Amino acid sequence: MIEHWYRLIDIVLPFGWAHYTFMKNALLAVILVAPVFAVLGTMVISSRMVFFTEVLGHSALAGIAIGVLCGFSDPSWSMLGMAVFLAVLVNVIKSTTRASMDTVLGVFMAFMVALGVAILSRQGGFAKYTKYLIGDILTVTPGEIVGISVIFILVLTYWYAVGNALVLSSVNGALARSRGIRTFLVETSFTLLLAVVVMMSIRLVGILIINSLLVLPAAASRNVTRSLRAYTAVAAGISLVCGVAGLVASYFWDTATGATIVLFAVACYVVSVGGKVLAGRGSARE
Amino acid sequence: MRSQNDTISCRHCCIKVSGLTVAYGKSLVLDGVELHIHCGEVIAIVGPNGAGKTTLLRAILGEVPYRGRMEFLQGARPRKPRIGYVPQKIQVDPDSPISVMDLVVAAISARPVWLGVSRALAAQAGDVLKRFSAEHLSACRIGDLSGGELQRVLLAIAMTKEPELLLLDEPGTGVDMQGLALFYKLVRDLRERHDISVIIVTHDLAGISPYVDRIVLLDHAIIAQGSPAEVLSNDAMIRAFGPGLWNVSSLPEISSGKGKA
Repeated sequence: MIEHWYRLIDIVLPFGWAHYTFMKNALLAVILVAPVFAVLGTMVISSRMVFFTEVLGHSALAGIAIGVLCGFSDPSWSMLGMAVFLAVLVNVIKSTTRASMDTVLGVFMAFMVALGVAILSRQGGFAKYTKYLIGDILTVTPGEIVGISVIFILVLTYWYAVGNALVLSSVNGALARSRGIRTFLVETSFTLLLAVVVMMSIRLVGILIINSLLVLPAAASRNVTRSLRAYTAVAAGISLVCGVAGLVASYFWDTATGATIVLFAVACYVVSVGGKVLAGRGSARE
Repeated sequence: MRSQNDTISCRHCCIKVSGLTVAYGKSLVLDGVELHIHCGEVIAIVGPNGAGKTTLLRAILGEVPYRGRMEFLQGARPRKPRIGYVPQKIQVDPDSPISVMDLVVAAISARPVWLGVSRALAAQAGDVLKRFSAEHLSACRIGDLSGGELQRVLLAIAMTKEPELLLLDEPGTGVDMQGLALFYKLVRDLRERHDISVIIVTHDLAGISPYVDRIVLLDHAIIAQGSPAEVLSNDAMIRAFGPGLWNVSSLPEISSGKGKA
């Protein structure tokens, strides 16, 4: 399978940067991950979960630390376990108490980060783990790309089946429930999916910027769209373009790929704000 | 047609609430509420803030646990009626890209809205909105609607279920007088066409009176009830309810703007 991709790239992109196998792998990973992040991001913003996903990303530190303590060579599973725990916990707290989620999440993030840093920095060994902070998509393996493809299909299938229920739940929970939607199930499954996708992508994108990738394309799209279809499509488009542009630029600038992608996404956001302001002026004049 | 046969109208929702008690933690919000809701009746539940009006609706919806009995007398085989629900002024992000069309289609169709709205579904949604004087809003973002417009859209969505019981929670909140009159009129017309029971929770005793069959005064328990004429003319009834209601009932005349919370 992957050989076909390599051959296709050689034909379609006969450029120096695309010659390297690691760039071909990274390009494929970006093309699969970017739209998934954008689509999830649209609902993260609509459901006001931006801070939650930030906490989710940072809780990976504690997940890695626990994995290291347990002696796992690959901390993915302990990260995933931590994320699932957090996703369920947050939904239970949200549906059973009236506590301010903002505060609860803030405390939780402080705990997760401190626990992770404390454990990982024992005997001055934290430097080993900075790769998780920054991420490295250039070392993505064909095996990981298979995993990303599975997530890609999983998210699109979920979005197809649950999309409308998510929209109604995000507008008003009681309204959704009055139409027979089991909002607890819908919201919990969505946070679980988010947790899985975020944790599987941490190694590639990095803890520090994973939330930006999730949120920025949708935030930019929101400024310039007036329907759900446009919102989703423009977010996916922005994410894809920024992903590929960031990857190529990082090759030439010799910078971290994830951060470079985010810089492109920030630029898109700034442009979208400009577009929103101009559109506002235009309609005011009419 | 309806008058020919009583059982036809009684096939629709009749609800008998007895000893309904709801507590949030240690505080009793509803304490032994006794209420019969007849078929095809429009009733207003009026009471001061914190009287448990919204909680009563939430109990009927099954959103909060309660003690006591709620019987749905539905012809030969009692079952829970189909309930249409219009929530209290919902918080919509002003920059939400969800359009009115998106919201309606998400509610009436399983086809994911993010893939776009087919022409057939758009036409169907247009019909739904048209019945509530909201068809011109279909392309608007829900964040751009006024309070009254949003209420009409939510009412249109609630009616797509062909409910036997319609619950309206504070439809007056954030709606100007003109919008509210239109809303109440649409609700009254509904009852004439669909023969459904409607429960409206409101502060607005004076405003709601022309549109309802019965007014129920609620303050943790049912304080009094009767036809609008009885309630409005009966000083004793209102006095029994407490001075709070006097203020509440005169509120709409004083503050008719959108700022009313």
